[in-house]
Amino acid sequence: MELEAAKMIGAGLAAIALAGAGVGIGLIFGNYLSGAMRNPSAAAKQFPNLLLGFALAEATGLFGLVVALIILFAF
Amino acid sequence: MATNPMHQFKVYKIGPEITLGEINLSFTNASLFMAITAILILSFLFLGTKRKALIPSKMQLIAEMSYTFVAKMINDTAGSNAKSFFPFIFTLFMFVLFANMVGMLPYSFTVTSHIIVTFVLATIVFIGVTVIGFVKHGIKYLQLFVPKGVPVVLLPLIVVIEIISYLSRPVSLSVRLFANMMAGHTMLKVFGGFVISLGLLGGWLPLGFSVALTGLEILVAFLQAYVFAILTCIYLNDALNLHH
Repeated sequence: MELEAAKMIGAGLAAIALAGAGVGIGLIFGNYLSGAMRNPSAAAKQFPNLLLGFALAEATGLFGLVVALIILFAF
Repeated sequence: MATNPMHQFKVYKIGPEITLGEINLSFTNASLFMAITAILILSFLFLGTKRKALIPSKMQLIAEMSYTFVAKMINDTAGSNAKSFFPFIFTLFMFVLFANMVGMLPYSFTVTSHIIVTFVLATIVFIGVTVIGFVKHGIKYLQLFVPKGVPVVLLPLIVVIEIISYLSRPVSLSVRLFANMMAGHTMLKVFGGFVISLGLLGGWLPLGFSVALTGLEILVAFLQAYVFAILTCIYLNDALNLHH
């Protein structure tokens, strides 16, 4: 296989990491909402944790993006 | 694609080339925007605290809000022991926040979208926290790698994992900020390129997307500054209050 083609395929495969990030973000917001529906008075206190969890989950997907960029541009 | 979406991250020098031995110290657009960020923070806080009224003006209100926001964050996550680190964490938060926000302006340069900038910030945090931990607890700080209540059989594995996770802190801290900013700005540029290439008829859809994404990016800009600061607080908490 041509190296250039292999690079493209590899970069595309690295983007699969975004699936996991999507699942993570969905879980975080879904669980936050269901928890907030059960006990609305405790919801506001956990909002910083929600943001923290969102950012941490989103970052894992972006690590995949960084891998894709390294494959595309750094080699 | 109309233009290369990576073009916006190019660092070029402004003015004469300054070299110190082998090191190139030229003034670049990155340093220019870092200076702009610093000046903006200084003038924001200066204007906010110039006329200290009991009933605050809008500027004073925002400045006080940023102060209480960071102070509360430190108190909640790192405990009251960490009060003395407030200036550092406030500076860190404001720098990252303003650098991200300045980057959202068209034709500007996002300082935090370069791994070296965020990596230096994260390394300062990492080394600082490690030094604080060893100064405060001495050799006992190594207990951090031995979590309580773990069966002895599992300990060799757990300790190795803990050490690896500790050492990867600066990497994950810096890559998180850098990747978020870079991915967001690349995405904005890609959608901007779609607007041009689809023309007057089909360009409205990506234009709408661009507007929505800009809103999301402003949220992310704030969120990443917040996460950077709060993770610094959590690391500081590990170093200050060992048994938690």
